[in-house]
Amino acid sequence: MQTSQKILIIGNGMVGHHFVEQMRQSDDKANITVLCGEANLAYDRVYLSSVFDGKTAADLALTTLENYQQLNVNVHTQQWVEGIDRVSKVVTTQTGDQYPYDKLVLATGSFPFVPPIKGNDQPHCLVYRTLEDLEQIKASAAASKSGVVIGGGLLGLEAANAIKQLGLDTHVVEFAPQLMAVQLDEQGGTLLKNKIEKLGVTVHTSKATSEIVKGESSRFKLNFSDGTFLETDLILFSAGIRPYDQLGKVAELELGERGGIIINNRCQTSDPDILAIGECALWDKKLFGLVAPGYNMARVAASQLSGGELEFSGADMSTKLKLLGVEVGSIGDAHAKTPNCKELIYQDPIRDCYKKIILNETGDKLLGAVLVGDTRDYDTLLQYMLNDMDLPEHPECLILPDSAGAPSLAGSALPDTATICSCHNVSKGDIVGAIDGGSCDLAAVKSCTKAASGCGGCAALLKSVVDAELASRGVEVNNHVCEHFAYSRQELLHMVKVESIKTFDDLLAKHGSGHHGCEICKPAIASILASTWNDFILEPAHVGLQDTNDTYLANMQKDGSYSVVPRIAGGEITPDKLIVIGQVAKDFNLYCKVTGGQRIDLFGARLEELPVIWGRLIEAGFETGHAYGKSLRTVKSCVGSTWCRYGVQDSVGHAIDIENRYKGLRSPHKFKMAVSGCTRECAEAQSKDIGIIATENGWNLYVCGNGGMRPRHADLFATDLDTPTLIKYIDRVLMFYIKTADKLQRTSVWMENLEGGLDYLKSVVIDDSLGICQELEEQMELITQTYACEWKKAVESPEASKRFRQFVNSPNPDDNILFVQERNQIRPATDVEKREQKMTQNRIPVMELEEEQADVLA
Amino acid sequence: MSWHNIGTIDDLVANSGVCALVNNQQVAIFYLPQSKESVFAISNFDPIGKANVLSRGIIGSIEGKLVVASPLYKQHFCLATGECLEVEAIHLPVFDAKIQDGNVLISAEPKIIKAVA
Repeated sequence: MQTSQKILIIGNGMVGHHFVEQMRQSDDKANITVLCGEANLAYDRVYLSSVFDGKTAADLALTTLENYQQLNVNVHTQQWVEGIDRVSKVVTTQTGDQYPYDKLVLATGSFPFVPPIKGNDQPHCLVYRTLEDLEQIKASAAASKSGVVIGGGLLGLEAANAIKQLGLDTHVVEFAPQLMAVQLDEQGGTLLKNKIEKLGVTVHTSKATSEIVKGESSRFKLNFSDGTFLETDLILFSAGIRPYDQLGKVAELELGERGGIIINNRCQTSDPDILAIGECALWDKKLFGLVAPGYNMARVAASQLSGGELEFSGADMSTKLKLLGVEVGSIGDAHAKTPNCKELIYQDPIRDCYKKIILNETGDKLLGAVLVGDTRDYDTLLQYMLNDMDLPEHPECLILPDSAGAPSLAGSALPDTATICSCHNVSKGDIVGAIDGGSCDLAAVKSCTKAASGCGGCAALLKSVVDAELASRGVEVNNHVCEHFAYSRQELLHMVKVESIKTFDDLLAKHGSGHHGCEICKPAIASILASTWNDFILEPAHVGLQDTNDTYLANMQKDGSYSVVPRIAGGEITPDKLIVIGQVAKDFNLYCKVTGGQRIDLFGARLEELPVIWGRLIEAGFETGHAYGKSLRTVKSCVGSTWCRYGVQDSVGHAIDIENRYKGLRSPHKFKMAVSGCTRECAEAQSKDIGIIATENGWNLYVCGNGGMRPRHADLFATDLDTPTLIKYIDRVLMFYIKTADKLQRTSVWMENLEGGLDYLKSVVIDDSLGICQELEEQMELITQTYACEWKKAVESPEASKRFRQFVNSPNPDDNILFVQERNQIRPATDVEKREQKMTQNRIPVMELEEEQADVLA
Repeated sequence: MSWHNIGTIDDLVANSGVCALVNNQQVAIFYLPQSKESVFAISNFDPIGKANVLSRGIIGSIEGKLVVASPLYKQHFCLATGECLEVEAIHLPVFDAKIQDGNVLISAEPKIIKAVA
């Protein structure tokens, strides 16, 4: 290997950048220089359209100047190369600068092909390729009502999506009789067209544009060769790409008949010291317009220049993507061109999907596939083709919906050679190797192998491989709280109680390691301390332990503002109190929403407003609703026997009593309750942690249910209980849960993990088999006796109130919390809306005015 | 270097964070009486959650590094260097901070700025 060869790269797109990284990795001494024509360094073009969702150029950037500095790579931006002197091995730029090289790598990419149509060079006739193009499209769309994309291929449909998102009446014009003619067959193309038209994009196929002239009702008129026409304000050309091979011509390298710099398997051009990679390179008369083959060439080139032997052997051009919300997949020989191949088709006009697989003559290997409307089978099909695996006896099961016979190819079934991530060329074997090397979760495998960090299409498959591999090794699960405490939550609770430990620092000093703890152990222990001693959670010794929601006694929302939820026990509220909530919401401009727990959530409160809002609510007789805490949320109720013709008990009165008994009780996770007045169960008590249903003779008690992500029906625990017994049992169940559950474990999971399950819980609570019932009841008594409204204490304590300042040194509000109106209420502004609002604000020239505004807001 | 006096030690909360406005930048200031430096200052803006909230995160140590966990999506940011432990490319601006005669002083400009990718 040469020790300090001079490597010069022209072009810094995705492939050029990938080459730089690969080159540096395989040779840390090489003198690497990059010449980049554009002002921007490499960015992720695959996600270009996400700019319309508010992503910025910085979000898409793949690298920075600093990053290249760290890699010890020289970069020169805005340097357009004009000449290559192959004899003296020097490159000359437009500005006259000269760069010598030992090896030259051309990664100049491609440019969009604009068909030679008369009138194609006017303003508002644009292309869709770079970040600058997007800016122009945005600007043009602002002055347009309708837009046409010329070209119905993959990129054309993506461009159509972009202008549709910009609010234009969108049309796609395609020369061929169908959309995506390269990837789909005729039937697939037709279905795609129908689906896209349903989404409001008009598709015109078999149309050749002959000229663009001035329109009558719109800016332009497209005249088609068949005599028809279409009027539009904006035209986007997306009729394919052409290799940017100008430098190949300049250097007199061999070019393909229709463009492209010819390369061999080693990515060398006709001059062995000049390599070409990516979309400018022509291999075996083929151009590759996808990122994965480009990355592959980059790896080959880096290997060749560092003494390696990697060769390029073509690339699989299969693709899976979502176009205008329609799932489309194309694998291998989608057009069934292989002689004697067989086709199997599944067409579903109800679910509106079309799937075709192409098999070899004997029907035991997969050659290709077309999927429109449903690409769930893509990963499995692709693996069959890439690994040349034998198909199951009835290959149709691979595309039939929910087919029982379909073999699962996830994870363990794949051979080690199976490619999981084609962008970064990661095989299953590489993933197994990463796990062998100590990566023990998905995130670690991702950062070690880079799998799923290119186009991201393999994310689901990667997860299934990693999960299967970890499971097969029986990855040990320990219940230690975190690196600072080698104990379970239950063990820590026991220590706190037995040794009368009252603070986190004390527990850490006696039983933990380090001096600081972390965001896992701190809230867990704060909860244990609160369940055991019930001290005010905002005391100096506890305040740093709490999650932000507990610290500020409110629920943080995505923009850093908070929501406020006063307790409305049992969902019963007087008109006067309703008016107070309404008035407070109005005065502070808060968004109102009725919750599933029969109370009212007020959103959009700024940190510094919280104590003022709560001052008003407390004055009117409200208490905190603990919506922020791992504690009792609500006791939902139906209206019960007081009003209802069917009710047999007073469910509302009962719900209020119960809510008041357990409010403020800290527990391993949040918990919910409900009381129904009769067996019709209108309060949905069986979906709650504690559910109570009235009977003619008393109450039936249900335990350990929940809704949410993994719903579980509560189990019937005891029947026809009188009220004192009911309360006694609930006290015991809850306190036993608090004492024995793991951190952040809900009652349902706790029950499922309890050895002996429901019967065991019954024996502990009803028969007192452990002899702890008296202790459980006493502990609950202590907690209920020491209840105090946290917001009342916070508002009364000047020290606690100080916490609610946005800035310790300024009365200004956070200028990043901005709202817009929607359905007559506020909602958080999106990034784009924020930028617009800030721009308007920035135009205000006088400083005092800004401060005055701030005071009004504060 | 020019220092900005943002208040007294009484404005800080032990083992937790507060936020101050320094030169129109939101700075999260963390007070750890038991650590050598005792006071740390980083940008208050969480570039992942895109909100000014880091002063309201929980302080912890992860493998020896002092960090704050974002209250939004729980990524960890190193108090000393600003690096994000989960996303390598993200580095928050870090400010010099010290306590002098009971006053809390923050450098007017960040000392480390690495571009946020």
